[in-house]
Amino acid sequence: MSATLDKLVNQPYKHGFVSDIESDVAPKGLNEDTIRLISAKKTEPEWLLEFRLKAYRNWLGMQEPKWPNVKYPKIDFQAISYYAAPKPRKKLAGMHEVDPELLRTFEKLGVPMNERAALAGVAVDVIFDSVSVATTYKRKLADVGIIFCSISEAVHAHPELVQRYLGSVVPAGDNYYAALNSAVFTDGSFCFIPKGVKCPMDLSTYFRINTEASGQFERTLIIAEEGASVSYLEGCTAPKFDTNQLHAAVVELIALDNADIKYSTVQNWYAGDENGVGGIYNFVTKRGLCKGVNSRISWTQVETGSAITWKYPSCILRGDNSVGEFYSVALTNNHQQADTGTKMIHIGRNTRSTIVSKGISAGHSNNSYRGLVRITPRADGARNYSRCDSMLIGERCGANTFPYIQVHNKSAQVEHEASTSKIGEDQLFYFAQRGIGAEEAVSMIINGFCKDVFQQLPMEFAVEATKLLGLKLEGSVG
Amino acid sequence: MIYEDSKILLEVRGLRATVDGIEILKGIDLTVRTGEVHAIMGPNGSGKSTFAKALAGHPAYRVSGGSVRFEGRDLLALAPEERARAGLFLGFQYPIEIPGVANSQFLRLTYNTLQAQRGKDELDPLEFDDFVREKMKLLEMNPDFLDRSVNEGFSGGEKKRNEILQMALLDPRVAILDETDSGLDIDALRVVANGVNQLANKDNAVVLVTHYQRMLGYIVPDYVHVMSAGRIVKTGGAELALELETRGYDWVSAGQREASGALA
Repeated sequence: MSATLDKLVNQPYKHGFVSDIESDVAPKGLNEDTIRLISAKKTEPEWLLEFRLKAYRNWLGMQEPKWPNVKYPKIDFQAISYYAAPKPRKKLAGMHEVDPELLRTFEKLGVPMNERAALAGVAVDVIFDSVSVATTYKRKLADVGIIFCSISEAVHAHPELVQRYLGSVVPAGDNYYAALNSAVFTDGSFCFIPKGVKCPMDLSTYFRINTEASGQFERTLIIAEEGASVSYLEGCTAPKFDTNQLHAAVVELIALDNADIKYSTVQNWYAGDENGVGGIYNFVTKRGLCKGVNSRISWTQVETGSAITWKYPSCILRGDNSVGEFYSVALTNNHQQADTGTKMIHIGRNTRSTIVSKGISAGHSNNSYRGLVRITPRADGARNYSRCDSMLIGERCGANTFPYIQVHNKSAQVEHEASTSKIGEDQLFYFAQRGIGAEEAVSMIINGFCKDVFQQLPMEFAVEATKLLGLKLEGSVG
Repeated sequence: MIYEDSKILLEVRGLRATVDGIEILKGIDLTVRTGEVHAIMGPNGSGKSTFAKALAGHPAYRVSGGSVRFEGRDLLALAPEERARAGLFLGFQYPIEIPGVANSQFLRLTYNTLQAQRGKDELDPLEFDDFVREKMKLLEMNPDFLDRSVNEGFSGGEKKRNEILQMALLDPRVAILDETDSGLDIDALRVVANGVNQLANKDNAVVLVTHYQRMLGYIVPDYVHVMSAGRIVKTGGAELALELETRGYDWVSAGQREASGALA
């Protein structure tokens, strides 16, 4: 039976292919000249170059974090190319101008973006190796005053907004990988929802890494002004490579008074083969600032890919009555390692946070939840509810929970619940005895286990996430 | 009910099975025909539940000898889910819990899987809802059951009713009910037994695996088999169960020991 389970969870990566688009790749290596080159390629203003250089100098004096429960060989930062852009680089007027090879790549991934955008009513700002090649629905959004574009574009079109908010939630020296990102980020998304505007559709970006050994340093900045609201979707897939690829993104969210930001991610990057060779290193800093009163930031993530995931989407609850939420499914399999969770920092009065984490481990993988709940001294009436559930599939995987709870205000209420369950032969036998094969049984058990998180996803994404988990765990059953 | 031209559903010959390398079943012979109700009784550790699970194909129970024919097919050659689809049902002593999966969803999936197997129409959620509610009346079940997660937080009695509800939905040829009476209070026992009686007909068969006689007061078996040390050591009619109730199992087992002693 464990052989059946092994087969089930050891599916080859179905999105593993390299599309044949000519790339403009910077020479490998990192120094101040590399940074000047990136900045020059992107014709950036002086202040941004300074921002990058300052971050780089910070980074030089920093150490890689050692505390995550993950193991990997030392990264040679000089062996990475820090810039890659697909050709041609001229501005595109519409979908018809997009490189057909690129479109075929999306077809293979099962995300035909034109259809998808139309079907789902989603504006897709497609990021393909760091440079945006197509943006849809932009005009419709512009009509209500929403800015949704690549961050490079925003640097030129809305420099005052970018300069005001960039690095305001994740400072350039925040941590090793955030500093690196601040120095070398090439592109990403920018989203600005003005005062009182409810974004009329979900905003979506597909990230995709395509050039071998080119590090990806995405930078995303989302600002919701007073009373504004937005739901943002990020979905990722990457082609199959044998060399590890570093991905160190930074995402910053800012919610002003009464604003509401919902950020959903489905991540399916290449995780390495069944022996743990290759795969993406996903070292990401995601943080939201509930700056205004009654503001709300909600993170939902479905993490299924990457060789190593190191990611803690967090909320700083500064505004009184602000709300932070974190809903997570992390699935690891083969030799994948995930150390993921959240931080909820309660600063304002009557701030509330909810954490729901579902970890699924299969194969030889190791899945850790690491979460911090901090109630600062002036956060009167703060409340937190945390629930961390782990599910083990097979005998050789591991699950860990590392909750850090720091309460400095007596009026706080903090609850933490945790559970561990297992899919073993008795569970599968019960289904089998009702005529249901192992594949379908595992899928049903997993979807039931993840229900509380999937319910938080926008409808389209929930369907995709359900399929994705099925895909990761399906296989030819003997 | 025993009748003239009944057909053989299940034919077990010399069945041996091991668990963790230890032989538990040491040669079981059993023939079950349409319309019959069999009771398999015996003390704890005699191999009753092992027999039930080995028939259903639990992977931890390895068949090491003998043969089983199910409506003429080689049952042991089939995967557990194929045995279920062929019409072999096992009512579990300890049904598993499936958090987050609504009972209605699970029941419909199992029902439709078997319908598809039999070349019959599958039911959409609305049609299935009507259908399952009708079946639930048989077991005096509260419709809330449909919305709750499968067996999660169910009392022992609720779990057993849910098992018999599945039997009602799946309409098996042979239903093996493993200790269905355990954990039931007297009212629940009556309801569950009544449900089983209504489901039993001249085209199917029921095999009750039980430690106690009390369920047999409600479901009257045609045959009672007593197991001891991995074998069926005595077979009789319904009256044998009553005798076991008053005399216990020791006299049967002792008789068996003498018999095997004589053989040796």
